[in-house]
Amino acid sequence: MANLLLLQTLPQSGDYVRVLPEIILSIFGMIVMVLEPLLDEEKSQKLLGIIALSGALAAFASVWFMAHNPGLAFWNMVQVDGFSVFFHFLVIAIAAVVILTSYEYMAVQRIRAGEYYALVLFGAVGMALMSSAVELVLIFIALEISSISSYILAGFRRHEAASAESSLKYFLLGSFATAFFLYGIALMFGATGSTNIDLISKALRAGPISLLAFVAVAFMFVGLGFKVAAAPFHIWTPDVYEGAPAPIVGFMSTAPKAAAFAVLLRVVFVIDIHAIFWVIWISAALSMTLGNIGALRQDNVKRLLAYSSIAHAGYLLVAFAASPQLGISAAMFYTAAYAAMNLGAFAVVSHFANAGERYVTLEDYEGLGRSSPLLAATLTIFLLSLIGIPMTGGFFAKFYVFSAAVKANLIWLTIIGVLNSGVGAYYYLRIIVMMYMRESRREVPVTPVPFSLRLALFTCVVATIYLGIFPNGVLQFTQDATRQLVPDSQAVQSEVAIPAPVPAAL
Amino acid sequence: MGVDGFSMWLIVLTTFLTPLCVLISWTSVHERVKEFFILLLILETALIGVFTSLDLFLFYFFWEATLIPMALLIGIFGHERKVYAAVKFFMYTMIGSVFMLAAILWLYAHTGSFDFVTIRDAIASGAVLKFPAAAQWLFLGFFLAFAVKVPLFPFHTWLPDAHVEAPTAGSVLLAGVLLKMGTYGLLRFNLGLFPEQARRNAPWIMILALIGIIYGALVAMVQPNMKKLIAYSSISHLGFVVLGIFSFTQAGLNGAMFVMLAHGVSSGALFMLAGILHERRHTYEISEFGGLASPMPRYATLFLVIALASAGLPLLNGFIGEFLVLTGAFQDKAVYGVLGATGIIWSAVYLLWMYQRVFYGKVTHAENNSLKDLSGFEKWALWPCAVAALVMGVAPILWLGAIEPAVRVALSPFAQVASRMVGQ
Repeated sequence: MANLLLLQTLPQSGDYVRVLPEIILSIFGMIVMVLEPLLDEEKSQKLLGIIALSGALAAFASVWFMAHNPGLAFWNMVQVDGFSVFFHFLVIAIAAVVILTSYEYMAVQRIRAGEYYALVLFGAVGMALMSSAVELVLIFIALEISSISSYILAGFRRHEAASAESSLKYFLLGSFATAFFLYGIALMFGATGSTNIDLISKALRAGPISLLAFVAVAFMFVGLGFKVAAAPFHIWTPDVYEGAPAPIVGFMSTAPKAAAFAVLLRVVFVIDIHAIFWVIWISAALSMTLGNIGALRQDNVKRLLAYSSIAHAGYLLVAFAASPQLGISAAMFYTAAYAAMNLGAFAVVSHFANAGERYVTLEDYEGLGRSSPLLAATLTIFLLSLIGIPMTGGFFAKFYVFSAAVKANLIWLTIIGVLNSGVGAYYYLRIIVMMYMRESRREVPVTPVPFSLRLALFTCVVATIYLGIFPNGVLQFTQDATRQLVPDSQAVQSEVAIPAPVPAAL
Repeated sequence: MGVDGFSMWLIVLTTFLTPLCVLISWTSVHERVKEFFILLLILETALIGVFTSLDLFLFYFFWEATLIPMALLIGIFGHERKVYAAVKFFMYTMIGSVFMLAAILWLYAHTGSFDFVTIRDAIASGAVLKFPAAAQWLFLGFFLAFAVKVPLFPFHTWLPDAHVEAPTAGSVLLAGVLLKMGTYGLLRFNLGLFPEQARRNAPWIMILALIGIIYGALVAMVQPNMKKLIAYSSISHLGFVVLGIFSFTQAGLNGAMFVMLAHGVSSGALFMLAGILHERRHTYEISEFGGLASPMPRYATLFLVIALASAGLPLLNGFIGEFLVLTGAFQDKAVYGVLGATGIIWSAVYLLWMYQRVFYGKVTHAENNSLKDLSGFEKWALWPCAVAALVMGVAPILWLGAIEPAVRVALSPFAQVASRMVGQ
């Protein structure tokens, strides 16, 4: 009897497989930390980077094992399903690309590498865990793991005042926002007596939804809204992005966002409180509009892309206002496409910025199309994708989101959205104009692109174009994941798939 | 994908003009030659895609895809204010077309298909839920995207800037084919999908078209810049197309289609001619020229043929289309025909006046005496246009034979709509 109890309380071997990527990432993170003081500072940079990269790749491969062991683990705290597998793939791939981008950046900026790579890996642990956790307290812990490493990473250019400002601002506002999230969890516990998302969902469905539960979800939305830089919680974004190291901005603007959106998807669609709908509607409309208007007048490319990421958070939130069947898969597709193009854009920016990040204004990009045609062409692909031009992932991402919104009869939100994406084209176009249609007025040195960065850019370009030409594979995956996530709602049809015209559902 | 009498000739026009653009750019593009021709061919691909797509999604895809190469052609290879013109062109078209995207998404959400025929049949049989409430907005969504492209009167301001700054080949394709994307869209989608709304909205659209015809012509008359003059004349001619389309008569639609083709050939050739002068003198100002007929006799002859074709002289291509459009407009409402007919007079005035100032009289600027006449490549680019203008004017039946059945199909819902509206 006692033995049986012990067996039930001890984690099973399957439980460990279900968090295998997190375990591998942590181990490699620790190896990096331990090795760093033992190695010669100058020579160790490359080696540590390679260790970190192989950690990320091993974790990436282990997601495959994780995917073959779906189910709950660790006393119903972690759930492995299509949804969490998707975000694991995404977050770890982002981490790998960021590590590749950072190789050269570290050397040029003379930053010591040890903690840097370890923190990227630890951050990825938190973000990966966020997507598979179904227990609010565990989600909070994962959120903290990811946030704390990004606070530190934001301040990594130690000699720059701007970087310190960025880190401090991010930390102060970020901890304020996570406090909101924690308060939301506490209120939810008060309202339903549980912190498990499934149990909460059942408890809420059993009876009328109390005001307390609504306030709880609203508080959680505030906390997560901060993490994804949705208006009106977006004020921190431009300053933090401007000061933080460029590869880290690429990281911060994609991976934690994807993870926070994953949590938000679970909170919004699985807990499923309809009263939250208008909160999301307003936040989406505000994010799109404020983000785009803010970006119009920026001369610093990092700030410009910061505002653009606010706008993209807005487009993504549109999917949250739609029905779960189409909304979830559209949002998942959007996070993937957005990650590919934004990460790529920041990789180019970080290479181009050069030592001390001197060249980050729009003027510095003048004539880049002539002095460095390949780099300019790559950046152009990412920018066109951010605009949403056909043949790029950004187009299908917007397309699915807006078509989900139209299907849910959110006509006004769609109109605000498409109008915004029209206006948004202007500031991306400004960068393209600078690169191709202006002659450079001052000497901006463009160093040759090292192999690691080439590999990173190549990955991003391939992902962006793959999503723009063959979106169906990823879309099918997201739809399957949606079906697992909200199984009790009516059957999901693969209605968004492009080449299969479904007979008119009348 | 599919082709009918409307799209077939537009594809022929595209493939006719693109090689000529290559010829005319042979000597005039000096740097980044490789990029120039890459962009030109991408543009051609996208244009053919627009005209062959019967799938709304693909149509939008190619529609947007034409934007990038054209904006880059203007922005990289253009003249002084190229960046301003390229961005203006891009933003106008982009903002116009997102409304079309919203309308396409609505149709998809409520019919479950992007297929043109499926959607048309679903709408015609009244099987689309909530369609009556949304129809007007959908019509306007498509209309706005196309009206910007045509460009119809209040949305036309991007055109003169884009033309003046664009390189010659860019202008030729812009005027010759890109503008027709707008009128083709009106014909295919606004008439095809929303016959009833098209009927309802026709009066104010026709008034806009008439304003375009007359306003474009009057503004063209006072332009000191040759290329701007041709650009405004395009606004005027495209007004005829829209007038013909929204007259809903067999003659009007035949004429609209014919004007599209004729204008493609003759304005394309006019832009080539203007580009040839610019290459020699680096200016488009009419006052810089005068008496060019004596140093450049062959050039002057070809210019006259094309200018007369554009002005609508019988036996040349401009006349047939405009005559048919005006017939159609008369059948619809006499006053539209009368007002539209003045447009032909104006066009003769501005074109001939320009011709007189450029070619007749004494040579006023000494450097014009030594201008070289047409070179081999330029002849090869221009003669096909002149021959096409003549053949189209003499034997329009070769073209109308294919256009007419398509028009009959396009007009078939209107007989029913008209009887239903009279019955009310």
